[in-house]
Amino acid sequence: MDNSLINYTLHLADTTLILSQRNSEWCGHGPILEQDIAITNISLDLLGQSRNFYQYAAQLINFSKHSEAKVSPSGGDLEGASEDSLAYLRTEREFKNLLLVELQNGDWGQTVLRQFFFSQFQYLLFEQLQQSKDEQLAAIAAKAIKETTYHVRWSSEWVIRLGDGTDESHQRMLHAIDELWRYTGELFEAAEYETAMGIDLAAIKQKWTEKVIAVFDEATLPVPENSFMQLGGKKGVHTEQLGYILTELQYMQRTYPNSNW
Amino acid sequence: MSLHDFDQLFQSKIDQEIKIEPKDWMPDAYRKTNIRQISQHAHSEIVGMLPEGNWISRAPSLKRKAILMAKVQDEAGHGLYLYCAAETLGMSREQMIDDLNSGKAKYSSIFNYPTLTWADMGAIGWLVDGAAILNQVMLCRTSYGPYARAMVRICKEESFHQRQGFESLLVLSKGTAEQKAMCQDAINRWWWPSLMMFGPKDSESTNSDQSMKWKIKRKTNDELRQQFVDMCVEQVKLLGMTLPDPHLKWNAERGHYDFGEIDWNEFWNVVKGNGPCNKQRLAARRKAHEEGKWVREAAAAYAEKRKTASLNPSKGGTLAAA
Repeated sequence: MDNSLINYTLHLADTTLILSQRNSEWCGHGPILEQDIAITNISLDLLGQSRNFYQYAAQLINFSKHSEAKVSPSGGDLEGASEDSLAYLRTEREFKNLLLVELQNGDWGQTVLRQFFFSQFQYLLFEQLQQSKDEQLAAIAAKAIKETTYHVRWSSEWVIRLGDGTDESHQRMLHAIDELWRYTGELFEAAEYETAMGIDLAAIKQKWTEKVIAVFDEATLPVPENSFMQLGGKKGVHTEQLGYILTELQYMQRTYPNSNW
Repeated sequence: MSLHDFDQLFQSKIDQEIKIEPKDWMPDAYRKTNIRQISQHAHSEIVGMLPEGNWISRAPSLKRKAILMAKVQDEAGHGLYLYCAAETLGMSREQMIDDLNSGKAKYSSIFNYPTLTWADMGAIGWLVDGAAILNQVMLCRTSYGPYARAMVRICKEESFHQRQGFESLLVLSKGTAEQKAMCQDAINRWWWPSLMMFGPKDSESTNSDQSMKWKIKRKTNDELRQQFVDMCVEQVKLLGMTLPDPHLKWNAERGHYDFGEIDWNEFWNVVKGNGPCNKQRLAARRKAHEEGKWVREAAAAYAEKRKTASLNPSKGGTLAAA
C-alpha cells in the first residue's frame, strides 16, 4: 500500500481539527447567545469528523507497520498510532490542513465567510467521497455530509445577512473577502495524494464557484477577479499561525507524555 | 377583591403547592425576587462558560476536548432557557444582559476563580456542579412554574456533567504522580469556594425567610451546604484524595460531618468584586457584547429588509430568522 490513503486521510483529519480549534475560540464570546451555541455546535461536528478521520488513519498506519511498509516520509514516531498521537504529537511540517482553516478568526464576518468557503467545498467533496471505493472514507463522508449540509445553510445565511445588512456589515464583509479569498485557490490545487485518490477537484471547483457567485449575488457582495493564490498547507508549508495553534493544542500531551486522560 | 385578598389567594396557592404562572397575580416583591434570582442564575451559566472555555483549546485528548466543548455549550443552553423563564416576568433579555455588563446584576462568585490546570475541569464538574445541583434539585420544585420547569431540564444535564467531572478526576487519581498531584491541588483550591456557593450562613442571609415562605427556596443555605459536605466526604474516598479541612469529622449526635469555618472575609471580598477574576470575567462579557453589536444590528437590518420584501412577492426571500 502506498501512503496516499494515509496522507489523504490525515489531510482531512488535520483540516477539520484545525477549523474546529479555531471556531471553538468563539465559545463563550459569540455576538449573541444563540450564535455562540451554533458556532460551538459546528466546532463539535468538525471535531467529531476529525476524530473519525484520525482513527481511520491510525488504523491504516498501524496496519501498514505490521506489513513493514514505509509510512510517513515526514517521519515522526508513529509507533502505535492513535487519534491522539496523530493530533497531538505531529509537528507543523507534518500537518496537512488547508491554509484557509488556520487563519485567525478575525471578526464574526470573517469567521462565517471562512466557514462558508470551507463548508461549501466540504459538501461537494463529501458528495464525491461518499462514492469512494474506500469504504471507510465513504462511510465517514456519508455520515458527515448531513452536518455539512447544515453548516452550508447556516454560513450562507450569515454571509447574505451581513453582506446585505448595514453599511458597516457590508464593509466588514468586503474586508473579510480581501483577507480570505487568496486562500481559496488551495482548495482546488491537488496534492499528489489527492490525485492518487482520484478526487476530481476540477469538478468541485466549478460547482463551488457557481454556489459562491449565487450567495455573493444575494449578499450584494462582489466576487473577486482571479487573483494570486497562496498554497502550501496540503504539503505541510503553513502560515506562521499554525505553530501557535499547535503549541496550545498540544500543550498537555507534550508536557505530560505517556499519560492517560 | 382587595390587595389583601389577592395576597391571601396567592399565598394559599403556594401553600397548596399550586405553581404560580406568568399571568397569575403575584406580589411585586415575589416578581422582583424571581427576576433577580432567575436572571442571576442565567448570568452564572453564561459567565460560567468562561473559566471552562479557558481549557477548550488545551484539552489533553480529543475525547476530553469534545466533552468539554459540549459541556460549555450546554451551559449556554441553560442560560438561554433561564433568560426565557425570567422574561416571562416582564424583563427583556437585553435589559438583563445590560445589567450584567454594567455590574448591577450579580452572578455566582465561584466563576471569579481562575482555572489554572486541566484538573480544574474535573474539580469544577465534581464540586462546583455538584454544589449547583443540590440547589437546582430543590429549585425543580420552586413555586414559579417556568423556573421550575427550566430547572427540571437543566438538572438532567447538570448531573451528567457532574459524573463526567468526577470520572475525569478518577482517571487523574489513577495516573502518574504528576496527575495525582494536579488532582489534589485542584480539589484543594476548589473546595472552599464550592462551600461558599451556598451563600451566607442562615443567620446572616437577608433573602432567606421570605423566599422560604414563598417556596422559591425550600431548603436553607446551611442545610444544603451540610448535605454537600456529607456527600463529598464519601466521594473523595473513591478518588483516594483528601478534602483540605482538618476539622472535618463525623458527628454521630448530629448524624452529619462537622466542618471548619469558611473564610467569610474572602467570600464577601469576591462578592464585592475583589476575586481573582471578577474584572476579567466582566471584561470578557462586555467585549463579546460590544464586538457583537454590529452583527446584531446587521441581522436586524436584514430581517427588516426581508419583511419589506416579503410584501413584494417578486423579491421574496427564504432566509430563516437569525
